[in-house]
Amino acid sequence: MIFEYAPAPESRSVVTLRESYDLFVDGEFTPAESGEYLTSLNPADETELARVAVAGAADIDRAVAAARRAQEKVWGPMPGAERGKYLFRIARIVQERSRELAVLESMDNGKPIKETRDVDLPLVAAHFFYHAGWADKLAHAGLGPDPRPLGVAAQVIPWNFPLLMLAWKIAPALATGNTVVLKPAETTPLTALAFAEICQEADLPPGVVNILPGAGETGRTLVEHPGVDKVAFTGSTGVGRQIARSVAGTSKRLTLELGGKGANIVYEDAALDEAVEGVVSGIFFNQGHVCCAGSRLLVQESVAEELLPRLKERIAKLRVGDPLDKNTDIGAINSAAQLERIREITDSGEAEGVRRWSPDCELPEKGYWFAPTVLTGVSQAHRVAREEIFGPVLSVLTFRTPQEAVDKANNTPYGLSAGVWTEKGSRMLWTAERLRAGVVWSNTFNKFDPASPFGGYKESGYGREGGRHGLEAYLG
Amino acid sequence: MAERRGGKGSGKNAAKAAKHEAKASDKGAAGTREAAPAARLAVRKTYKLYLGGAFPRSESGRSYPVTSAGGEHLANASLASRKDARDAVSAARKAFGGWSSRTAYNRGQILYRIAEVMEGRRDQFAAGLGRATGAGPDEADRLVSAAIDRWVYYAGWTDKVAQVLGGANPVSGPYHNTSTPEPTGVVAVLAPQNAPLLGLTSVLAPVIATGNTAVVVASERAPLPAVDLAEVLATSDVPGGVVNVLTGRVPELGPHLASHADVDALDLTGAGDAATEFEQAAAETLTRVVRPGPDADAGEDAWLDPDPGTARMTPFLETKTVWHPIGM
Amino acid sequence: MPVPQTASAPEATTSRELRAFLHGLPGVDEVGARARAQDLATRSVKTTAKAQAIDLAISMVDLTTLEGADTPGKVRALCAKAALPDPADRTVPKVGAVCVYPDMVATAVEALEGTGIGVASVATAFPAGRAPMEVKLADTRRAVADGASEIDMVIDRGAFLSGDYLKVYEEITAVKEACGDAHLKVILETGELVTYDNVRRASHLAIRAGADFIKTSTGKVSPAATPPVVLVMLEAVRDHRAETGRKVGVKPAGGIRTTKDAIRNLVMVNETAGPDWLTPDLFRIGASSLLNDLLMQRTRLSTGTYPGPDHYTLD
Repeated sequence: MIFEYAPAPESRSVVTLRESYDLFVDGEFTPAESGEYLTSLNPADETELARVAVAGAADIDRAVAAARRAQEKVWGPMPGAERGKYLFRIARIVQERSRELAVLESMDNGKPIKETRDVDLPLVAAHFFYHAGWADKLAHAGLGPDPRPLGVAAQVIPWNFPLLMLAWKIAPALATGNTVVLKPAETTPLTALAFAEICQEADLPPGVVNILPGAGETGRTLVEHPGVDKVAFTGSTGVGRQIARSVAGTSKRLTLELGGKGANIVYEDAALDEAVEGVVSGIFFNQGHVCCAGSRLLVQESVAEELLPRLKERIAKLRVGDPLDKNTDIGAINSAAQLERIREITDSGEAEGVRRWSPDCELPEKGYWFAPTVLTGVSQAHRVAREEIFGPVLSVLTFRTPQEAVDKANNTPYGLSAGVWTEKGSRMLWTAERLRAGVVWSNTFNKFDPASPFGGYKESGYGREGGRHGLEAYLG
Repeated sequence: MAERRGGKGSGKNAAKAAKHEAKASDKGAAGTREAAPAARLAVRKTYKLYLGGAFPRSESGRSYPVTSAGGEHLANASLASRKDARDAVSAARKAFGGWSSRTAYNRGQILYRIAEVMEGRRDQFAAGLGRATGAGPDEADRLVSAAIDRWVYYAGWTDKVAQVLGGANPVSGPYHNTSTPEPTGVVAVLAPQNAPLLGLTSVLAPVIATGNTAVVVASERAPLPAVDLAEVLATSDVPGGVVNVLTGRVPELGPHLASHADVDALDLTGAGDAATEFEQAAAETLTRVVRPGPDADAGEDAWLDPDPGTARMTPFLETKTVWHPIGM
Repeated sequence: MPVPQTASAPEATTSRELRAFLHGLPGVDEVGARARAQDLATRSVKTTAKAQAIDLAISMVDLTTLEGADTPGKVRALCAKAALPDPADRTVPKVGAVCVYPDMVATAVEALEGTGIGVASVATAFPAGRAPMEVKLADTRRAVADGASEIDMVIDRGAFLSGDYLKVYEEITAVKEACGDAHLKVILETGELVTYDNVRRASHLAIRAGADFIKTSTGKVSPAATPPVVLVMLEAVRDHRAETGRKVGVKPAGGIRTTKDAIRNLVMVNETAGPDWLTPDLFRIGASSLLNDLLMQRTRLSTGTYPGPDHYTLD
């Protein structure tokens, strides 16, 4: 029989959208002096969700000044234990409002509710809980007896995990006594503005957190502002380079979490069913909009013929569609521009002779959609093996020996993540030791935890987020 | 500063230098114009580059005269070129795999061996330092001791740093999760300009203690202690290519090292006014950068702290976090 | 789908060959298997899909009583329930089979005459299986002779855990022969095998030896039919079909008490072995209290109100 799952939509009624949103500066929502607005769309159906004020230079001046005042007068001098209590309070409010935030995130970003509900939001709350506990224990973090906050942190985050990236940035900054001016991504500002409400609800002192929506120009002006002491950026390697250049010669501290082209190495002795799951979640989790995605499958030749049919059979079962349907595995591509980029680079693979496969899957007519795609016959020289696609496109390469696997995995300017699948412990450790990547998932993939440092080697950026290591980025 | 192409070191200045060299161990830094009493002609030392474990001249054939703190000619040093810098990076890259995969214990043994060999040549280093910086014999001796002790200090760090900086992360799930520091790779070190031995040692030792390989641009004005040190490294079981020493001009070599895509990290201590320009160039390949500290231009005394801690190691370490499920 | 690692066990099996085959199967990562089962458990099956799933689940129930206190009266009552699960609603499908001890087979067969519902009998010294081989075979033959159309045998877990795979294999083939036309379900008792690697090996061992079904548990050992165990067994039948074309059934038994549990099992079947297995011929659920919960949910779905337990018969 055919067992169709009836639509199981998560209710939108938990979300109340305003028609337009202002900037959040010095504890208040205030109109932008720029007078400009952007429109945030639901990428699943291209409907307009809200108008959002765009911060200009004068707004940034005001926010940085507010953050400076708050840092010097209130947040910096405050005992760590009290700072921590604010973070605990925020964590609790996030938990209380998690369904609303999950739905809002799915609407603004296009990712499935299953992920916002089960991954993003629990991790957001966990990040605040984890860092709350650090606030009064910084002297024990191995960073000297009396580590000091840097001051005002300018933070620019991407659209792939809007609220989670906000948590990764704001929680450690606040725990360490810094204040922040954060710019959410142009296409996904809404949960950051909901977070601003949470700051108000938590009675967080004005100016400690400032949220300035905008596009690239807002981000550039913010990170180049002479009043900031720290710049933290997550996004593309291209923009990361520009930022690194712009802070050169200043005393600003910089952490960058950039692109990747992660290799997922499957050895012949792998637990194949779990490896298939890991390869699938490695590239199709969050529509492949993941900097640490396992976008290159490196499979040992002796098991390739066994793995690939299993993989395709599994991919054919992925459910693509309405992000708010609880059974959706793959949601919408975040924007028209990103969809165009995925198409362009995937097409280039075909033009270069790569074989392209997607399961039969019906895509909605409105919105931005891209079917899960597997590219085989890929070699190291192909663009699809070298450039970050940032979409649901897996490039499959093969190898013969462990050394060849490692050589191919490392043969990229990036170095963010890698996966290893083997049932042999010594081979796993041998491989993990040689992979030039900041995170190595063995017999698992795309796992995150606030206690686990995350960040890249080489052109995937520098600095770590999470864990004891992540505190270093915000302390002098 | 003058520059020579294919110079043989002949001429008046060189003759003075030879006399100076012959007397140096007796009289310290101060040069002397007295005629040497012995009939024997001193054997002069040629100061060359140190690349991949060998001591070549600059491929450009160029050299430049090096003078003492007092302005007397000491020797001609090789004037390294862009291509020498490129060769040095290649040598450092080639050596990285082997050096970084040695056990930390073995690296510690080798760093301690450097200290042992230096100790045996401490008079030579003291004399050289005296000539280079004008330090008196006692001060030079003290600085040499500090430099030797610096190698001992970092020899002891090699197998501690992973425990101090790494560890287990208590993640919320059935996973074994550990973070370990790993060397960044090839580090270009623009050594302090006014601290040619202790300062140099203080920036170089932490780089290689942690398993990185280094391309060092020695103090431009006082490069000779760096070449002396290279000779120690060459006889201390340090594999060729782990440290590569270039003598020459920061404005000429710096841009190529800063923008070189195969340089993973850049220590700008000796960059002087060019630090910002180099940092901008390094941004192109996201090269890790250590900006000049407040004492970057200070003399050897600024580097005397016997316990500099981990501050000069952490910038050249990457944190790798490995997850693995825990199950039956 | 080529599956070289699960290549056919040799016809004339030797201990060494069998061992090499079973130990050559891919391993199962426990955490990954649990995570996959957990992920499938988040599927939301509502409205029409739920109604369809409930009826399917009812038709897959092996309505079971396996108590020392069983009497002919108890068995007859169970059979009546199997034929007409909800006297108030004749649209409810009948269950897959009734499962009893061997000495109750004749009673059950008589009670079910004309209903089209088969009788499954546990056999081979259920649940421990600790009896001489001739006793196990006699147990089986008697149950078949009394009219059982399905035999649920237990494997010798002791032999399996000690590595004597050939003994387990030969017992299954002997019982299979004793079954004649009756279908053979092989109970692995996964709670005693402990690891998922063992579950996978035992599944393939039973399949190779001729099992028509592989069944998780006796119901007398905990844990029983946990979702990851069922997942691993479904993977085994999926792979065997890919390799040989033969479809072997799966029967979780023990611990499946609610409609939610049952639907989660159907989702696992759907997304692991595939829709071909969504039939009582290839998937059964061994249960006793589950049936009433399915009936209650069925009523709830059709009427919109929650019924109370006293509206359903106890048996």
